[in-house]
Amino acid sequence: MATNQQAIPATAVQTRQSSGVWRDAIGRLRKNRLAVVGFFGVCFLLFLGVFGPMLAPWPYYAQDTAAVAANGFKPIPPFQDPSHILGTDGLGQDMLSRMLDGARISLTVALVVQLVVLLIGVPIGALAGWYSGSRLDNGLMRFTDVMYAFPDLLLIILFSVAFRETAFGQAMNGLLLVFVAIGLTAWVTVARLVRGQFLSLKEMEFVEAAQAIGVSDRNIVIRHLLPNGISPIIVAVTLGIPAAILAEATLAYIGVGVQPPRASWGSLIAAGQPFIRSYPHLTYLPGIMIAAALISFTFLGDGLRDALDPKLKGKQ
Amino acid sequence: MGTYILKRVLWLIPVVFAVSAITFTLMHMVPGGPWSSERAVSPGVQAKINKQYGLDKPIPLQYVDWVVSLAQGDFGPSFRYADRSVNAIIADGLPKSIQLGVMAFIVAVALGIPLGVFAALGHNKAPDYAATGISIIGIATPSFVLAILLVVLFSVVLKWFPTGGWKGPETWVLPVIALAGYQVAVIARYTRASMLEVTRKDYIRTAQSKGLRSRAVVTRHMLRNALIPVVTILGPIFAFLVTGSFIIETFFGIPGIGRYYVQGIAGRDYGMIMATTVIFALAVAVLNVIVDVLYAFIDPRIRYS
Amino acid sequence: MLPAEEDVPAADAPTIVELSPDDVLRARTEAVAKVGIGRDADHLLEVRGLSTHFYTPDGIVQAVDDVSFDVGYGETLGLVGESGCGKSVSALSIARLVPDPPGKIVAGEILFDGIDVLKLSAEDMRKLRGKEIGFIFQDPLTSLNPTLTIGYQIGEAIREHLGLSDKAAQERIVELLSKVGIPRARERLKDYPFQFSGGMRQRVMIAIALSCDPKLILADEPTTALDVTIQAQILELIQRLSDEFSTAVLLITHDLGIAAGMCDRVNVMYAGRIVETGTVDELFENPQMPYAWGLLDSLPRIDDIRGERLRTIDGMPPLLIRPAAACRFNPRCAYARDICRSSEPGLTARGNGDHMARCWATETEGWIA
Repeated sequence: MATNQQAIPATAVQTRQSSGVWRDAIGRLRKNRLAVVGFFGVCFLLFLGVFGPMLAPWPYYAQDTAAVAANGFKPIPPFQDPSHILGTDGLGQDMLSRMLDGARISLTVALVVQLVVLLIGVPIGALAGWYSGSRLDNGLMRFTDVMYAFPDLLLIILFSVAFRETAFGQAMNGLLLVFVAIGLTAWVTVARLVRGQFLSLKEMEFVEAAQAIGVSDRNIVIRHLLPNGISPIIVAVTLGIPAAILAEATLAYIGVGVQPPRASWGSLIAAGQPFIRSYPHLTYLPGIMIAAALISFTFLGDGLRDALDPKLKGKQ
Repeated sequence: MGTYILKRVLWLIPVVFAVSAITFTLMHMVPGGPWSSERAVSPGVQAKINKQYGLDKPIPLQYVDWVVSLAQGDFGPSFRYADRSVNAIIADGLPKSIQLGVMAFIVAVALGIPLGVFAALGHNKAPDYAATGISIIGIATPSFVLAILLVVLFSVVLKWFPTGGWKGPETWVLPVIALAGYQVAVIARYTRASMLEVTRKDYIRTAQSKGLRSRAVVTRHMLRNALIPVVTILGPIFAFLVTGSFIIETFFGIPGIGRYYVQGIAGRDYGMIMATTVIFALAVAVLNVIVDVLYAFIDPRIRYS
Repeated sequence: MLPAEEDVPAADAPTIVELSPDDVLRARTEAVAKVGIGRDADHLLEVRGLSTHFYTPDGIVQAVDDVSFDVGYGETLGLVGESGCGKSVSALSIARLVPDPPGKIVAGEILFDGIDVLKLSAEDMRKLRGKEIGFIFQDPLTSLNPTLTIGYQIGEAIREHLGLSDKAAQERIVELLSKVGIPRARERLKDYPFQFSGGMRQRVMIAIALSCDPKLILADEPTTALDVTIQAQILELIQRLSDEFSTAVLLITHDLGIAAGMCDRVNVMYAGRIVETGTVDELFENPQMPYAWGLLDSLPRIDDIRGERLRTIDGMPPLLIRPAAACRFNPRCAYARDICRSSEPGLTARGNGDHMARCWATETEGWIA
């Protein structure tokens, strides 16, 4: 009666297959239409940011005084002058080129800030989580409490204004200053997240198992805890990008961020605001760009969060 | 529970002090003094005024002075408005800022949560797309852009609302919407995600197996559980409203303390800067404590442990 | 004569009541008499040709494929099979709780007490659930709402269907809690699920299922999530209460031992189909299908030789998308022949009565005696 003799190979009857965590996630991501839109949006923006200024018809600071003079020293609306497809502002600066520069600024800020966030937040969170309960953990957590209580924008503005006139503040037209200022408050969320992940993963049995066979603490962290805990961090970083873009635009809008002649979208909007009725393109063009950037990254971040959610594995 | 609350409240004090110390330091690193941007003042007069306001002392001592003064409830003189003390200015402006913030908060929650619930219940059908569409617009528009659009459309073109000031309900509408817009979207998306997750839970199936009406299932079982995580983000939401308020105040010319903060930085009005920062930080911290306590209260698992 | 008539005393352990076969028989006849005014159905539950499909991005999963069985009044029927064979989905289909999307009952008739459940409006079906059909789910931790007291959750169905006054409802809840063996029931009404242990929570689930005195209880792996020692208590509780209230039970389990101990009749399911059905005795003494043999054989026995490997059935259950026209078990079957690979056997009778099996080999003209 034993049935455990050699199984007869399946012919027409199929059996299930298993696949890896990442493949599952990518599959789910692809099916999420909003996320796919976001992904392409992000790719497009990255392309613009990296290659845009090289492809731009004019340098962002160039003032085509001749064209503007011909127009009575007024901004040229879009689709009227073939050498300025998207029009110019009152000084003859080409809008398309300026917006491309803005793209480069926004993306640089967003990515560098996230880098800063990771470089500061992950180690702090990891240390606090791994040595949780110790004085190191308590100290670090009290420190993050203070940073968390600080209303972000206030600190960013104060910091920017404080260092504006220094060499550090002048570097790269104020771009460096913006990186640091925004990064100062943004790392707290990631640090807390990392700490929380470490706290829960530490208790998991596979850590005990690894310790039992003598794997060093350092290797446990690198080989076991990080790959497992990394998904929420990926999501947080992706969703932190729109926040950084927003912060940078706000700073530029109130004049504290990137300085002219660089053309951050925020400063473009500020410059265009007084002329909004007569020359709306000065405002809505950068507005559209900001909207596109925020939407793309947010959708992608949402999609990643849904795709990497372990509870969704196997269901659909 | 009582000790938890007490601990959190006591913890506020050192945190606010730390914030004030950091602000004080940064503030004094801003080049120039209160007098540099205004009319040119001779060095002699400058020195005399500095002495009068204690600005010639070392910075740590100045901080101590400030703390002592604060302990007596005095934020000090305003450098910009020489005839008024900071206390007076704040007493004037704070109520307006609070009003703006509270209204924006109520709008954000009153619109955001139903929008999210609506979207989740009509998942992948028309209500979901509509609500998601609104959320998209919300997150894509920074508050200042939204403010510009609102003013252009409703003030300039339609002439329904005035462009600024703070006198009476018509002046409240546009600033509140501009401030709350982004948050409505955030709350809606978060609520939707939370509801969708709760819908998949086993106890919903149990509730259905009891033959309960769908209204009861949605309110008693889904909403109760879905709203708990939403409470946790209310703290950061409020913080965002607080910090976002001063852009809106500046834009609409609302005489609240947010606007004074911006002016204070521009004019190196130290007293003003310190006062507004401390108030903001305190507000954010207190609200976070309230939210955390509320969260502990409504989740019975935490309440009893 | 039944000592279980009044509430379980306030001491901690529930009183275990032994019912004699006469009492059981009496309970059964009571159950039949409970049928009420003229529906005259032969069985409490008659499932005919039930097919439930899931529409997934990878294809249409035919989780339940043309399944038919009956549950008599007061009878305990077991639905046995491994994970994914469709037993849970069958039970959910009966109560029309299959999530739609992505699931859908595409064919069949489900006659509950003579009424075709699949033709009822959603509102009428809702009135049936909880009142006439009770459900016990597998994981009591996740199946109870963590933010509501257990007293409230037990009372929900009572308040919805029975229209009792608050006070009467409260009394009934306390009585139910005592009956399921929760000590100091009245005080524990205001407690939350997390304040109970796993076994206690499952008792609460049983109380919920029984709250409106249903005719049928669908128990989906009621003990799988519990400790072995608690399992026996819960099963005994279910058996005792179903006898006491003359309730029919559809017991879903992957554990043959449980089926043997609790059920009158058993259906074995595999890959969305019923592959064998009969009384407990018939199935365990004279199984007629290689899968059933494999199941029984895989049970560890007390006289097994130490150090020998456990016996398993090699291979995995098939994917239920576009099933082939063949015996679904054939890839794992040691006795398969060409006919098994080219056409699916029907559910045919073996011996006398209602013992049926789905296997070419064990039919009267088959190649296994």
